[in-house]
Amino acid sequence: MATVFEKPKSLTDAPFHYCPGCPHGIIHRLVAEAIDELGIEGKTIGVAPVGCAVMAYDYFSCDMIEAPHGRAPAVATGIKRSRPENIVFTYQGDGDLASIGMAETVHSAARNENITVIFVNNAIYGMTGGQMAPTSLPGQVTQTSPYGRDVNHCGWPIRVSEMLATLEGPEYITRVAVNNVKNVKNAKKAIKKAFQNQIEGKGFSLVEVVSACPTNWGMTPKQALEWIESDMLPYYPLGVFKDRTEKGGCAQ
Amino acid sequence: MSKVTFNTDMCKGCGLCVDACPKGCLAIAEDKLNPKGYSPAFMKEPDKCIGCAFCATMCPDCIITVER
Repeated sequence: MATVFEKPKSLTDAPFHYCPGCPHGIIHRLVAEAIDELGIEGKTIGVAPVGCAVMAYDYFSCDMIEAPHGRAPAVATGIKRSRPENIVFTYQGDGDLASIGMAETVHSAARNENITVIFVNNAIYGMTGGQMAPTSLPGQVTQTSPYGRDVNHCGWPIRVSEMLATLEGPEYITRVAVNNVKNVKNAKKAIKKAFQNQIEGKGFSLVEVVSACPTNWGMTPKQALEWIESDMLPYYPLGVFKDRTEKGGCAQ
Repeated sequence: MSKVTFNTDMCKGCGLCVDACPKGCLAIAEDKLNPKGYSPAFMKEPDKCIGCAFCATMCPDCIITVER
């Protein structure tokens, strides 16, 4: 018998500290599979964020650096400019990338830095206990919006991919999800393409992954994946929002 | 014939593999606990397994190995 599925080599043996059913583990695996398949483990440098994935450096077997909150694209810019032969990726959540790190994200995209950004959007602050994030949906109940997000008071959630796609700079902007097997496979293709773009020197690639937070959403893992489909995807539609070299490409 | 192996000690019993299986082969061992204190998933009906690896695709903890 041949092995058709096993843990990728770019992940260490350390058990994930994430809550049961947290899709961070799936997304870590997709990144590691892309690194394995492209054969770039030895020259990849990852930048870990602040958020639930703060300890991502324990899980990837490539070199990793921990960035201050939101500054992962700025740190990645520095690494890539000083070591252009290395492959540099950041792995960030929505509180990190879309809130405190919005300026770094927008400007690294505008400069078309040759880096890969994995943006995990689960519409809530996970690590700090479930506060409202810039991506929390209208009416969503969180620790800091117990009556649901009031858009008149807190504003509307930010669609990061659509916003960045309006810039001239970035090479590749796409949104994928991990709520079912089909979407996970499409997410894998998008992440691999984002790394491939960097290898070919094309520039800034961002993959937004619509994810879940069963613990802070107050749901079972199964309910959380269903909530992605029923509530998140109507507001955050999947698709390729910018791809300078090809029409369409991956996902969908 | 296919074979699905679980690294049971690292399972968190989230049940996403059970939901992903198109043949309903998997289940959570409610009467068992692993060292982490979770009831782990296990292969209940190996004869039905087609080796599609959907369970491993959805497993957030990378504990499933599929051979076919």
